[in-house]
Amino acid sequence: MIRAERKQQDLLAKLRDSFSGFILDVVVFKGDVTVIVEKKAVLSLCEYLRDDPDFRMDFIVDVLAVDHMPRSPRFDVIYSLYSIPKKHRIRVKTRVAEGESAPSATAIWPGADWPEREAYDMFGIVFDGHPDMSRIYLPDDWEGFPLRKDYPLRGYKDRYNPYGEEKE
Amino acid sequence: MMEDNNEKDLLATRELTLHLGPQHPSSHGVLHLIVDLQGEMVTNCRPDIGYLHRGTEKIAENLLYHQFVPYTDRLDYMCAMSNNLAYVSAVEKLLEIEVPERAQYIRVIAAELSRIAGHLISVGAWAVDLGAMSILLYAVREREMLLDIFEKLCGARMTHSYLRVGGVRYDFNKVCREACEELLRVLPGRVDEYESILTGNRIWLDRNRGVGYISPELAVSMGLSGPALRASGVKWDIRRDEPYLVYDRLDFEVATGESGDCFDRYIVRLVEIRQSLRIIEQCLAELPDGPINIDIPEIVPPPKQDVYKNMENLIHHFKYVSHGFKVPEGEVYSAVEAPKGELGVFIVSDGSERPYRLKIRAPSFMNLQTLGRVVKGLYLADVIAVLSSLDPVFGECDK
Repeated sequence: MIRAERKQQDLLAKLRDSFSGFILDVVVFKGDVTVIVEKKAVLSLCEYLRDDPDFRMDFIVDVLAVDHMPRSPRFDVIYSLYSIPKKHRIRVKTRVAEGESAPSATAIWPGADWPEREAYDMFGIVFDGHPDMSRIYLPDDWEGFPLRKDYPLRGYKDRYNPYGEEKE
Repeated sequence: MMEDNNEKDLLATRELTLHLGPQHPSSHGVLHLIVDLQGEMVTNCRPDIGYLHRGTEKIAENLLYHQFVPYTDRLDYMCAMSNNLAYVSAVEKLLEIEVPERAQYIRVIAAELSRIAGHLISVGAWAVDLGAMSILLYAVREREMLLDIFEKLCGARMTHSYLRVGGVRYDFNKVCREACEELLRVLPGRVDEYESILTGNRIWLDRNRGVGYISPELAVSMGLSGPALRASGVKWDIRRDEPYLVYDRLDFEVATGESGDCFDRYIVRLVEIRQSLRIIEQCLAELPDGPINIDIPEIVPPPKQDVYKNMENLIHHFKYVSHGFKVPEGEVYSAVEAPKGELGVFIVSDGSERPYRLKIRAPSFMNLQTLGRVVKGLYLADVIAVLSSLDPVFGECDK
């Protein structure tokens, strides 16, 4: 256990050295590692994590967004990674303001395709470089992004939803 | 000359776009596939999902932590226990609590029973999609035994809500043990029966062997997990590689395939059923006595029978139900090996009684995105075989 922790610290120190200036913070919470990084460095960091022999993050677990309204920049975009050969997990987190786009990880892991579309569908965050940035769950003509904190729980009132909130 | 041209036009194959589903018996729920066909060959296949989207994550943000457990039952409704487990483990990770040993063993038994239930439906529905009706009837017959065990365990057959943050809802009693022992006696022979009908069956082999090949590299890069990934030869099982509960003490093998085709995905599932039985057998033998809930009154409500007799317990119960419990601030991700693959729950907590953000990493959703790549160049009929071999469940995929 202690050895594993030391190994983890060595790895994170290596990461800090290679990307000093771009990494804003490294958080270890209940054993989960989160690397908070500037938006412009996300893709190079991801590529590094995939190719470096000590990390080998070959598996994309998920891409997700969190709305921190009224914070600015408003959204967190998190790329959750796992390494099958090394058996460790890292989350790469970046901050995205409203109306800004996030970098797409589809060129590095094609599996980021659907989860990025889901994040777009639910939060309205556009991923740059995604091959097909369209809604995935909701109909194409849906208005609004339901998982944003300012979207009402019961939706907006319309002819199909008499109990929804009035739109301002 | 004119006539010749016309004839050519009539005989030439033209690309056809076919909408398979959302109401189609072999679409495993409400999947809508938009398939471009050149003759019988698939040139492009685009899954269109979301017909069962219920906004589970939005609902979670507005519920107390313990109120969300029943919603997880409705994700992968074929194996609700695994979903319960994924959710409560994430909350427990945030709370930094470890449930009593007996509860851990019971949870393993419950999760493995639901894995068997899920795989039985998977193989049964797959066979019926390819024209072997009887397997589905056999699989449902055996699944009935499992549902009976669940009923004895918690009173529900499909949507159990059996696991709770801090332990399990009811004790694993003698009746459940006997029912499990009966299952251990009967099921191996029944799985042999399926094998004698399917594994050597020429039609089954023709429809599955060499069909829907997924290379290990593609599988890993597409985020495929569970039996579908292991069939491609990647030996990764969260139960073995990041052990949770008591899996590190149990002896079981991780089934892998070699060729990465539909047939291997079928074999892996059958082997997993047998391995799950082995795990259950060991758990029954080692099941320790003791409490089934952690002793923290804020998190665990008092036993129901005491609520009616004792004023303090009634107040405690009321506080639990109406106020819930606070969870420390932070972000955690916790994953379990569900029957379909890695089922993970990511929680952002702001220190209140409700999750600030809850994200479900649904294995069916991630696995299904591989379909479009795999079926390109195959026959239309093979799309059904590949789809069944990925085994998506739409409660989970559409959330």
